[in-house]
Amino acid sequence: MTITSEPLTTQGAAPRNIAEPDIAALGLRESATFDRATIADIQRAAATGVYDIRGWGAKRQLPHFDDLLFLGASMSRYPLEGYREKCDTDVVLGDRHASRPLHLQTPVTIAGMSFGALSANAKEALGRGASEVGTSTTTGDGGMTPEERGQSKHLVYQYLPSRYGMNPDDLRKADAIEIVLGQGAKPGGGGMLLGQKITERVAGMRTLPVGIDQRSASRHPDWTGPDDLEIKIGELREITDWKTPIYVKIGASRPYYDTALAVKSGADVVVVDGMQGGTAATQQVFIENVGIPTLAAIPQAVQALQELGVHRKVQLIVSGGIRTGADVAKAMALGADAVAIGTAALIALGDNDPRYAAEYAALGSAAGFYDDFQDGRDPAGITTQDPELASRLDPVAAGKRLANYLRVLTMEAQTIARACGKSHLHNLEPEDLVALTIEASAMARVPLAGTSWIPGVK
Amino acid sequence: MVTLTAPETSTASAEEAAGTEQSLDSFSVDLAGSPVRDLNQALHNAVDGQSWTVTSPGGKHSLAVGINADVTVTVEGHAGYYAAGMHQKGDVTINGNAGVGLAENIMSGRVHVTGDASQSAAATGHGGLVVIDGNAGARCGISMKGVDIVVGGNIGHMSAFMAQAGRLVVCGDAGEALGDSIYETRLYVKGTVASLGADCIEKPLKAEHLAELGDLLAAAGRIDDPADFKRYGSARNLYHFHVDNSTSY
Repeated sequence: MTITSEPLTTQGAAPRNIAEPDIAALGLRESATFDRATIADIQRAAATGVYDIRGWGAKRQLPHFDDLLFLGASMSRYPLEGYREKCDTDVVLGDRHASRPLHLQTPVTIAGMSFGALSANAKEALGRGASEVGTSTTTGDGGMTPEERGQSKHLVYQYLPSRYGMNPDDLRKADAIEIVLGQGAKPGGGGMLLGQKITERVAGMRTLPVGIDQRSASRHPDWTGPDDLEIKIGELREITDWKTPIYVKIGASRPYYDTALAVKSGADVVVVDGMQGGTAATQQVFIENVGIPTLAAIPQAVQALQELGVHRKVQLIVSGGIRTGADVAKAMALGADAVAIGTAALIALGDNDPRYAAEYAALGSAAGFYDDFQDGRDPAGITTQDPELASRLDPVAAGKRLANYLRVLTMEAQTIARACGKSHLHNLEPEDLVALTIEASAMARVPLAGTSWIPGVK
Repeated sequence: MVTLTAPETSTASAEEAAGTEQSLDSFSVDLAGSPVRDLNQALHNAVDGQSWTVTSPGGKHSLAVGINADVTVTVEGHAGYYAAGMHQKGDVTINGNAGVGLAENIMSGRVHVTGDASQSAAATGHGGLVVIDGNAGARCGISMKGVDIVVGGNIGHMSAFMAQAGRLVVCGDAGEALGDSIYETRLYVKGTVASLGADCIEKPLKAEHLAELGDLLAAAGRIDDPADFKRYGSARNLYHFHVDNSTSY
């Protein structure tokens, strides 16, 4: 592989990576309980008196798609020719009740990220990249910008507890509406945007004073529970004349019940975000300790849809830790209709690029580790409202990189699907999968490789 | 299909003889015989200057939502959740009570309820005027963003929670935790306040406040004396999470 950009240098590397053999040679033993990151966290808490706030999703080791493998076709199943036979990738979202469902060319969509959390250039780049490959982008907690609407062929408009910038004109302009109950990084938590990023434009869109620390509500102001949600969905359908698909997004904690209740409430699409899903700013303790892994969430959501007889009728979008076409294929084999990417999309735009190694180091971080999305000083110009930093991101070039990445994800997923003999990504099924670990087997409900054993099922 | 009896002059020969032009733009919808979907679709297709009367509302939800034309709508009876939700233009009057989320996210125009309103009245409203002649339940004006609200009676607990902009006028009493985590909304209460929420304090009632309060009361058709009210608003102490350590996060 050709490396075109500067590789990660020791200049930008995190301190914990240095001189590992020397420490062992000195007879020093690191505590597994009080490891260096934990010690640093305690020291930081003692010095500042506040909890750590950061971006990104859960960083802890979790059972994930890496713990699954595909069973390629052989005697009992025929593979499709990799470069010759068709393997379709399109998906229709929201045809349960809406008269104008979305028809996307790839099942990889862009997750909700706000203007405010991201720069206007970054939002434009997301729109450009997604539109080039025929998929959707999603607004965030801060309303719809003209840049984003203009560049996004398919735009999903989030309906959040804060209702910042919410208005019926934008609602009618949206291609879909996503009612957000939570996100995987923080099920049960509201939004947060610290003062450094509340510029005049961001403040104006949110009707807030410039420069304050903005923390948005965790519950919707005018409904609670599934019975109210059903009425709320009814109102949004009435306002949009039953044209616009309505998604319900949940942070994965009790996805079986939440999915069933979302269906009962009338959702066209259910979005389930696992704990690896990213955030722009949340307490680290929340990110790492609340919610369940994406792998554990999918089978529960699919079970709810199947029991209600609406699997594939109410579409399931899964997000939280999707990085490769294999992840896409695995999520779909477990029953998802589409996936959403956030963190990976930002990386494709240029987030954590090694070419800014010196600047990451100056911020006390490193390329590959930078997660201080809350403080608005992103050297890559993505998670910032600073005009100078934001201008570093060329929305056209960044959009092109995202389009490239989305194409790779799609082609990788097709590669696997053809090997499993599938002429459409939707034809992937749990039977195509095995698990490498007992934990992944129990969560994903596919057998441990080489056995017919699924812990907790058989 | 909407059961339209329009123009009303077709059944009222006296008015027909009078030949009033206004009556040509008057429509009535009986919800006992037609679905809410048809009413809202008709209102979305309505043009400026029309007058609509809705009978037998029966507490149905989402009545007259998303109106974007300068029309006058009168609902003769009680409305359910989200009546006049996301209202943009014109006047809606409900001659009865309204359920949860009356005029939620109203942008402009006017919504008037002659009876009581349930919780979260005018929630997140960005503009316009909401008048409730009776009482309002909990969370009246929650997350309001510029709407003006005038309540003739009392309001429930947690009203004006995280209220960002606009004015809330209460001619009766306010429940517990009024204005909790309030931003820049101005609150005027004539009666007692059970308790103030975090960061909400009483503020002086100056001439400019008496003037704007007088205007709001007049717009709501009330005769209360502005001098009898007290004003509340944000102490602005929670605008930064932890000022001493603000550079740490």
